[in-house]
Amino acid sequence: MSIATSSNAPAPGGTDEVPMVQLLTPEGTRVDDPEYGKYLDDVDDAKLRDFYRQMVLVRRVDNEGTALQRQGQLGLWAPVLGQEATQIGTGLAARPQDYIFPTYREHGVAMMRGVPPETLLGMFRGVSHGGWDPTENNFHLYTIVIASQTLHAVGYAMGVQRDGAVGTGDPDRDTAVMAFFGDGATSQGDMNEALVFAASYNAPVLFLCQNNQWAISEPLSRQTRIPLYRRGEGFGVPGVRVDGNDVLAVYAVTQANLERVRAGEGPRLVESFTYRMGAHTTADDPTKYRTAADVEVWRRRDPIDRLRILLETDGIADKEFFTAVDDEADELAARVRSACVNMPDPDPTSMFEHAYNGPHSLVDEEKAWMTDYLESFASEGEVD
Amino acid sequence: MEKLAIAKALTAGMRKAMDDDAKVVLMGEDIGPLGGVFRVTEGLQKDFGPDRVIDTPLAESGIVGTAIGLSLRGYRPVVEIQFDGFVFPAYDQIVTQLAKMANRSMGTVKVPVVLRIPYGGGLGSPEHHSESPEALFSHVAGLRIISPSNANDAYWMIQQAIQDDDPVIVFEPKRRYWAKGDVDLEQPPCDMHAARVVKPGSDVTLLAYGPLVQTSLDAAAAAEQDGVNIEVLDLRSLSPLDMPTIAESVKRTGRLVITHEAPVFSGLGGEIAARVTEQCFYHLEAPVLRVGGFHLPYPPSRLEDHYLPDLDRILDGVDRAMAY
Repeated sequence: MSIATSSNAPAPGGTDEVPMVQLLTPEGTRVDDPEYGKYLDDVDDAKLRDFYRQMVLVRRVDNEGTALQRQGQLGLWAPVLGQEATQIGTGLAARPQDYIFPTYREHGVAMMRGVPPETLLGMFRGVSHGGWDPTENNFHLYTIVIASQTLHAVGYAMGVQRDGAVGTGDPDRDTAVMAFFGDGATSQGDMNEALVFAASYNAPVLFLCQNNQWAISEPLSRQTRIPLYRRGEGFGVPGVRVDGNDVLAVYAVTQANLERVRAGEGPRLVESFTYRMGAHTTADDPTKYRTAADVEVWRRRDPIDRLRILLETDGIADKEFFTAVDDEADELAARVRSACVNMPDPDPTSMFEHAYNGPHSLVDEEKAWMTDYLESFASEGEVD
Repeated sequence: MEKLAIAKALTAGMRKAMDDDAKVVLMGEDIGPLGGVFRVTEGLQKDFGPDRVIDTPLAESGIVGTAIGLSLRGYRPVVEIQFDGFVFPAYDQIVTQLAKMANRSMGTVKVPVVLRIPYGGGLGSPEHHSESPEALFSHVAGLRIISPSNANDAYWMIQQAIQDDDPVIVFEPKRRYWAKGDVDLEQPPCDMHAARVVKPGSDVTLLAYGPLVQTSLDAAAAAEQDGVNIEVLDLRSLSPLDMPTIAESVKRTGRLVITHEAPVFSGLGGEIAARVTEQCFYHLEAPVLRVGGFHLPYPPSRLEDHYLPDLDRILDGVDRAMAY
């Protein structure tokens, strides 16, 4: 007899019965939307081609990351395969002054924010815990502990408020903060506290949930009994679900919501409904927890394929364009690979440099010891 | 020079910091109109407004996490954790984020967050209101940890903590909040990471911090009558430790007794004892001894007088050191 303590039934909203914003069908057909359609006014043919190009580049870097891990060049890699539309759509919707708090899977958003992909790989190779200056392009460092960064985003947004950089009507000044997180993170206390703080202070923050259906091996039904876009409702944070494999919809919905956040209307939540085609990280084996049939359903919703169909059928891009994009992706991959395998290990004493911003007697003492210790080998060598 | 209670010296120190720097904001539960449960922030919201003295939801992880975010935007948040035992819901944010952010960013960002934690026993409070968790935080690289023991230090050390670009935890001896002392409003006593000899002596060094500094001074006065000359050292900084000052004192007296309210096992005293043994071995006349709390959860308040090191327990430690 089984004990009815848990439900293994699919989570409500775990399938497609919940309406979501879609502007491009999996078959490559444009859809009109009275609310969000206008946010595509600036998307001309050139921009459509660029959306495609960016998604292909991200996918190529991502595949390279997986390959480099398999070859022992990276300690770990977190694949983003299948989520390219969300990454590019959100990344391109943000303005330079918007500050973004990622998790550890936002490789595409990082690239849109000017973080070189080889720098991202450095983190997974183990030469740094980040390696980029987050203030340079307003893209924070990856956060590995689930949902921690949602609170940082709210606090940062409270700072934006105090700086008077919200609701002024000046498009170059008004600032939104974006917090990325996954479906698993919605179960964390920090996520829920972030929603409380954001709503309570009316903080200019957009919660961007990338629902990729799996938290390592735990399915969505282990995180929620309601569709995640509604998770904010009880806190007073309105939400919307968007087809996360539709780059046009993600771009439009993110823009629309960022606009309202920047205008001072308070926090909002966007659930990007997508799917992680690969493993959670290269350390797990998804065949142990999901079926090939499930994956196949999502393969037919591939974000790159559907945009390619549109570009081809509407005559927006020709064969030369696609060849050129593939060539560019190959060149990028080769550059990233070469940068990765040639990346030197950091100097051993560099680990003492940044534990504190100011001098710290204990760290200084231990650094001096380590320096002497390492030099003792060098002088032994000289004697020999 | 002004005579202030420790709590009021902290208030005055924060007021000065807020006057000097508009980026300093206070955050915490009940710190606005109420002025905090210990009234340390009394009057500050009235004078600086609710955007700078921020009453928060009752969520410690949320308070510390949002403080980190504010600091990333260039603010200098000073967070009040209502009681020592309530810090644990925020432990993750403190340890995995606050302590590591500078290192993670290779120094490109600063998180100058100050956490004020009223700590220690002796008030007759219920569970979770009397703990001394300082060793748990001292073990974590990236944090600076201080504990003032008197009003003058309270006034200056809170300002030094706020000015520091690293995260600082200020453990405030809550049972001494109402103890008054002279505060020199012109001249800071010394750097917040310096230890200080508060009473010179020749026979044994008695090292304490926070709430037990006064008890140690009382013990020194009592021992004087028995002809034992105790040097009392106020540690002031728990991370980093001012080892030169400690070693100098121990080399002078040849004996060291360390006292803290926290459990002795795996406590800060053990770290200091190990370092003193390393640096002062040939000067020691006796093993380094520790007088502290037991390896127990903090007991119900009717038993706390038996749990806490008092004057007699400290004198017993001194006697044991002198017996060698």
